[in-house]
Amino acid sequence: MARVAASRRSLLGHSYNLVGVVAALVIVAWTLIAIFAPYIIPHSIGDIVDDDYFGPMRQGLWLGSDYLGRDMLSRVLMGARYTVGISLAAVSIACFSGVVLGMIAAVAGGWLDTCLSRFMDAMTSIPSKLFGLVVVAAVGSSIPVLILTLAVIYIPGAYRFTRALAVNINTMDFMTVARVRGESTVYLIGSEILPNIIRPVLADFGLRFVFIVLLLSGLSFLGLGLQPPLADWGALVRENIGGLPFAAPAVIVPSLAIASLTISVNLLIDNLPQKIRDRNP
Amino acid sequence: MTSGVLNLVLKRLAIAVVTLLIVLFAVFFATNMLPGDTASMLLGQAATPEAVAGLREAMHLNDPAILRFLRWLLGLLHGDLGTSYANEMPVAALIGGRFVNTMELAGITTLLSVPLALTLGITAAMLRGSLYDRTVTVLSIGVISVPEFMVATLAVLLFAVYLRWLPALSSVNEAHSLTDLVRIYAMPVITLTFVISAQMIRMTRAAVIETLATPYVEMALLKGASRGRMVLRHALPNALGPIVNAVALSLSYLVGGVIIVETIFNYPGIAKLMVDAVATRDLPLIQSCAMIFCLGYLVLITAADIIAIMSNPRLR
Amino acid sequence: MTNLVEVRNLRIEATTDAGRVVEIIKGVSLDIADGEIVALIGESGSGKTTVALSLMGHTRPGCRITGGVINVNGKNMAALSEKQRARFRGTAIAYVPQSAAASFNPSSTIMEQVIEVTRIHRLMPPEQARKRAVELFRALSLPDPEGIGARYPHQVSGGQLQRLSAAMALIGDPKLMIFDEPTTALDVTTQIDVLKAFKSVMRAGGIAGVYVSHDLAVVAQIADRIVVLKGGEVQETGTTAQILSAAQHPYTRELLAAFEPRPRQVHADADAGAKPLLRIDNVTAGYGAVRDDGLPLIRAVDCINLVVEKGRNLGIIGESGCGKSTLARVIAGIHPAAAGDIIFDGKELQRAAGKRSQDQLREMQIVFQYADTALNPAKPVEDIIARPLAFYHRLDRQARSKRVDELLDMVRLPRALRYRRPSELSGGQKQRVNFARALAAGPKLIICDEITSALDTVVAAAVIELLKELQRELGLSYIFISHDLSVVEAICDEIMVMYNGERVEQITPDKLKAPTHPYSKLLFSSVPKLDPTWLDGLVRDPELVSQYGHR
Repeated sequence: MARVAASRRSLLGHSYNLVGVVAALVIVAWTLIAIFAPYIIPHSIGDIVDDDYFGPMRQGLWLGSDYLGRDMLSRVLMGARYTVGISLAAVSIACFSGVVLGMIAAVAGGWLDTCLSRFMDAMTSIPSKLFGLVVVAAVGSSIPVLILTLAVIYIPGAYRFTRALAVNINTMDFMTVARVRGESTVYLIGSEILPNIIRPVLADFGLRFVFIVLLLSGLSFLGLGLQPPLADWGALVRENIGGLPFAAPAVIVPSLAIASLTISVNLLIDNLPQKIRDRNP
Repeated sequence: MTSGVLNLVLKRLAIAVVTLLIVLFAVFFATNMLPGDTASMLLGQAATPEAVAGLREAMHLNDPAILRFLRWLLGLLHGDLGTSYANEMPVAALIGGRFVNTMELAGITTLLSVPLALTLGITAAMLRGSLYDRTVTVLSIGVISVPEFMVATLAVLLFAVYLRWLPALSSVNEAHSLTDLVRIYAMPVITLTFVISAQMIRMTRAAVIETLATPYVEMALLKGASRGRMVLRHALPNALGPIVNAVALSLSYLVGGVIIVETIFNYPGIAKLMVDAVATRDLPLIQSCAMIFCLGYLVLITAADIIAIMSNPRLR
Repeated sequence: MTNLVEVRNLRIEATTDAGRVVEIIKGVSLDIADGEIVALIGESGSGKTTVALSLMGHTRPGCRITGGVINVNGKNMAALSEKQRARFRGTAIAYVPQSAAASFNPSSTIMEQVIEVTRIHRLMPPEQARKRAVELFRALSLPDPEGIGARYPHQVSGGQLQRLSAAMALIGDPKLMIFDEPTTALDVTTQIDVLKAFKSVMRAGGIAGVYVSHDLAVVAQIADRIVVLKGGEVQETGTTAQILSAAQHPYTRELLAAFEPRPRQVHADADAGAKPLLRIDNVTAGYGAVRDDGLPLIRAVDCINLVVEKGRNLGIIGESGCGKSTLARVIAGIHPAAAGDIIFDGKELQRAAGKRSQDQLREMQIVFQYADTALNPAKPVEDIIARPLAFYHRLDRQARSKRVDELLDMVRLPRALRYRRPSELSGGQKQRVNFARALAAGPKLIICDEITSALDTVVAAAVIELLKELQRELGLSYIFISHDLSVVEAICDEIMVMYNGERVEQITPDKLKAPTHPYSKLLFSSVPKLDPTWLDGLVRDPELVSQYGHR
């Protein structure tokens, strides 16, 4: 039997591996860029700085220019702000609501659980892109609408995931002990269940973040996400798709930006630092 | 089939019908939240208030929403999908041919991706930890982590721009020979296959690995069974439920994938029709397309659940 | 080569989840002669199953053989390739698993799985294999030997599956059979049938065996020799008679001592007329739809009456499914009764825990069997014990901390354990924490639901001793629920026998030798004794067995 021992190092009672560390660094880098983008971009995102469109990478225009001759580096850095910001806001709302509702449903059981679960199941029966399309068709596209739509789409998933975990915990004897002690639902949820499911819930948070980034990019790519002059990474790919036949950096770079973020999150989830808790005999 | 299974299946079907009603209701209301008055939008800015009022009356727009919903539902039952606002053609006629195109695309993708993904998923689970397994795992994570349009653009870059094997756009009407047909479907099918296979591979692999860790597989090992026998005779029959579920769930990603793929390749399917309808705010068309997608999605998920119920040996 | 099995200096390593490598088998040597049955006995974690499986050249995932020789039938299993080993598995050496229910593939018929060995190794045509299987079913005294093969595993009882897995092992005509705790999951009345069946087929075929168990009394019935393992090392080897009568090693003596009846505390009969602490009148509870008369469809507890007096203990004994655990949950209000009264400390209690007052809840605590699930794995020990202190007694931080130390002292745990999580404790330590939490509430009555069943014999005996001491110090009462007669006998003043949801008899421990109800007779006579001749000499009334045995 092969001994799969990816090189793990240990520090502070946790063991890390290289893939996880690199992935974490990429995520931190994009987060910092999202926060500080307005201060570090070399050109204003609206300025036309190149005589040519789809210009190549060169000194001064490190990532070339877009279909109007604007600086791609600035546009990608600012795009991070929208892609990361909107997705993070949406995933936070989705996971917070889903996790709280899921735990309540598991602990309460009965008709509340049945109704909530049935409703959430119906919500998941609407494909996510379709839901996005219909909402955008109905109320138009703006940042708050996008955040809320994305959040609503992913609440049922977070709910189902949490509920399944919480239902398992709920069958444990320590829950029965706490119940016969006379504890309140708030205590049961916050103190008994949550600490036991926090790791998978955080992993799910990351996964859902990836889904939301992908959906947002997809909607923007269809022209239903952020509206010009604002542009997230998906919109950047859309507006520069004309550069595809010449493999222009303007279409490749934003794609790579999306991939670097989503792949990093996935890899981080698979290579989370592990707490070393061996039983010492 | 015992009555227990039959009961579970009937219950599942009933749930599907209820879900469908909720979904239809949601779709109807979402599309009716459209800001702006439909009647004045239809007649244009030059319309007189009397004309707008008349049209509102004729379209029953003044009726309560629930009444309009029921009327719409009744129409659906009779096969009346309404009339397109944009070009005043019956929605059914607009959708008809397009529907066939989309089903062709989905069908070919399914035929290709299911055997491919199952083979890769099962073999990866059998050779867990090997270089092959790790390659398959990393590649499938990679494909899942990127948007569908990126898979599509990469495919275009590779096959159409660099290799020049295939055209970047599809047009079903130009198909004259088998080679034409392959060239037309190739790009959309390749893209979709990539997108949905990745999910299916991961879930299949996970399901088989989970069953391989059970005591009865260890028992088979201790009877002297070969690795192939352990997987094919003991693990697979018990992983069938989860695998079928994985397949159905992955196929439901087709819905999302098709929207992007038809747009990017300009494929004349129902998803392209819907994206265009959103641009022109053509309500009846959006409603009908959304309904078809939801229905397809629901059928797949329900089918998966029913197969999972029937493949459970404890219920036989 | 004289012996069928010769293991020399076997070493096995395991890799923990965090990637640390530990040696779990540290140089074990043992011999088994042709036709001899050797028992591997030890507590959980002693490595007995690991050693047994290594005889087939198999190690569980994460483990590997790092040194030593495992000669079985003249082949060194440690040195063979996986393909070569597979040729001997099922033919020369066969395995009978601990949980037959989990080891049968749920999606295939029993017959198909029993004759699978003959297909894998091409031993005989399927027709002949099926005939042979039916013969084995008959030899193992399984009911309906012709038809049982056509069923699926979930359609057959646990005791039958255990015997079917023996048939599965026997069909390849092995020279050596490995039994991995095959009767641990069974009720005592069922265990006897299985043991008898095993013993007779082994004797008839002259097959050598390795019998892995933690139960010395069971082993005494079937083994010729006993190997005592602890911490991956052999502590002592000897014939069954030697080990039972003249054990040398302190650990073996400890094991034996756990079987000896301990001097019971005798309550002064002066307060015989003491007030009842808990009285239960005609309580009925169950599951399923409620019928017209307000009672549930399936009655797990049927019209039970019982009384627990202050400072005294009531034992409730019965086999799995008799309703004893449901009764515990009914008393605690976890599973509200459908009918009947519960009177605690002079006041009538609400049936559901949610409707009882905080003081009523505090005064009656319940301790569950599996400390693993009864302790929240995400919390350190001090938080677990401190919660009832904060919840019931509203103690501040400092007072709580002091009290946690006191409680740890009371259950004989080192104070430093307060910072550990449950997963970092041993089974016995966990159960003590579990008990300390109940004590923290300051109860009058503690319901103990099978609290020693998941523990090793020696550890369980120590926990029982602790319970007795605490009772003396704190004047508690216990309701002690168990399937293990010796445990109940050691601590209880009254013993109630339950069968099928009903109380069949209530007796005192000194009258255990002479129960009056036929079911009690069957149950008590089925408990294995250390005497090696016990099983062979056991005569049971077949009518009784067919009436009450679970089969």
